[in-house]
Amino acid sequence: MSAAANVLVNASAPSNETGYRTFTLGSFKISRDEYFVHVTWPAKGQQMKHIMSADAFLRAMMRDVAWGFFYGWVNFDGMVGTRNKYGQVEFYAGRYAPAYHDRGLDLVETFDTPLIMATFKAILEDFTNKGFDPFAAPDETGSSWVGKKNGSNTEAIDRQRQACKRMPGLPGDAELRTDSNGYPVNRAFADVVQDAPEVHAEAGFENDVHAMNLFAYLSRSDVTWNPSVTSVCGRSLCCPTTEEYILPIKHGNDRVEWFVQLSDEIEWEVEDKLTGLPRAKAIMKAGDVAAMPANIRHQGFSKKRSMLLVWENATPELPEMYESGKLQPYPVNF
Amino acid sequence: MSEFQTVFGSLNDYTKGELKIINDDPKHYVFSNIFDVASKSKPYEKVVVAINLEYVIEAVRAEGVSDWYAVAHDEFAIVMDGEVRIDLVKLDNPNAVAPADKQGAVKVKGEPVGKKMGHIVCKRGHQALLPAGAAYRFTATKTGVMMMQTVLGDLSVQKWAEICYK
Ligand SMILES: [Fe+2]
Repeated sequence: MSAAANVLVNASAPSNETGYRTFTLGSFKISRDEYFVHVTWPAKGQQMKHIMSADAFLRAMMRDVAWGFFYGWVNFDGMVGTRNKYGQVEFYAGRYAPAYHDRGLDLVETFDTPLIMATFKAILEDFTNKGFDPFAAPDETGSSWVGKKNGSNTEAIDRQRQACKRMPGLPGDAELRTDSNGYPVNRAFADVVQDAPEVHAEAGFENDVHAMNLFAYLSRSDVTWNPSVTSVCGRSLCCPTTEEYILPIKHGNDRVEWFVQLSDEIEWEVEDKLTGLPRAKAIMKAGDVAAMPANIRHQGFSKKRSMLLVWENATPELPEMYESGKLQPYPVNF
Repeated sequence: MSEFQTVFGSLNDYTKGELKIINDDPKHYVFSNIFDVASKSKPYEKVVVAINLEYVIEAVRAEGVSDWYAVAHDEFAIVMDGEVRIDLVKLDNPNAVAPADKQGAVKVKGEPVGKKMGHIVCKRGHQALLPAGAAYRFTATKTGVMMMQTVLGDLSVQKWAEICYK
C-alpha cells in the first residue's frame, strides 16, 4: 500500500517473476507482464478478462491522467476506459461493447476522482520502464516498454498539461516555448518558420498589445495527442495539439467539440458512442473545420506529425444539457 | 533539408478533406474549410465556421483596410495566410461603443476615441490578442485569411448550407 495525498492506492508487492505490482481498483484488478496489461472483473459469478498491449495501455492511461479524465469518455480501446462525472470518475469494462453489456458481463464502478487519479498515477509509474515515453510518437521512443520491470521514467509521465489563463507569453501567464526552456523544434516541424510577430506597444500598453507565433509554439511541442490551452475567451478554449501516429484513446464526447486542422492531415474514425458501430470517417486537411457530435466517439490517425486545434466549450452545464435532450447532439441545423 | 514537409493551407493553395459517411448524416459534422470559405467571402465578412452555444470561430478574409471594431471581451485572431497589421486603440468610453455585456464585435462609428495602444504585424501562424475594451482595425498588407475566436455577435454571418458538405 502506498499513500498519495492521503488516498490509499491498493497495490500488491512486486511480482517475483516480472517485478510489476498488481493494482486493485474497486472490483477491478489491473496487472501487467512482459507484453500485456490484463484487466479482470467479476460478472455473473465469473472472472472476466481483457488484454491490451502494454504500450497501448500506457499511452492511453497517460492521456487520461494528463487530461484529468478530460470531457466525457476516455476509451482505452473498445472495452475499458473512464467516464468523467466531474468530481467522480467511472471505470468500466465492456459497458460500451454491446456483446458484453447486453449479457450483463460488463462492469461499471464509480470512484472519487482523487482515488482513481492516485491509482492511475501509481500504475503508470510502475508499468512504465526506463526509456519509454508514453507521450512520444513510436518513432521517438524505444521499445523498452517490453519485458520485465526495468527502472522508471518519472520525468516523462509527470509532465503537466500547459494551460494558459489568457494567452501564453503575457506577464504571469504560461511561458512561450524556446530552445532555452527545454522546447526545441520537433524533428517533424524543422521547416516551420520561427519568426515572431512585430509588436509595437505604446508606453503603458506593453501588457495588452500582445502576439505570438502559434505555429512555432506548436512546432516545439514535446508531446503528441496532448492539447495545451493557448487562448481563453470566456468558456471557449482553443486547445491546439500536435498529432503523430494514433490517438491512443477513443474519445467519447459529452458535448460537441470542434476540430480545426492547422497543418497536414488527420484521418478520423467516428463510431457510435454507446455501441462502437462505425458512423463516419473524416479526412481533415489544412484549413478544414469539423464538429464532432456529442453522441459519438472518435480516434485520429496522423501519418506525419500535424497541428490540430481542438476547440472546447468548458461550460459545466453542457453534459447535462445533452444528456437530458435539452440540446441536440449536433451543433447546427441547416 | 528535413525529411518532413509541413503542409499549411493558403487562399491560393488548399485541398479540402473528405467526409465519408457510413451511417450518419453528413450535416452533423458541419464540415467546411476556412480557405474555401474565405475565398468566397467579402473582405472582413465574419463567417461562422464553428459554434458552441454562444461561442464561435469565424473565418475572415483579410483584404485591404477594415472598419474599426470594438469588443467588450477578449478576442483572438490567428493569421492563417497573408500578412495583417492590427492597430489598437484603448477606448476612452468603451461602454458607449460596446457595453460590458455586449457579445461579439461591433463596428465603431467613425474614428475610435482613445489612446493609441500600438500595433502588431502578423504573418502566417501568428496569433494576436484583441483585448477587451479596445478598438482595432485590420490592414492586410497581403490578402489573406484569419481565424477569429470570439462570441456570436451582430456582425457574425451564418451560412452553413453554403459552406458545408451535405
Ligand atoms: Fe475528442
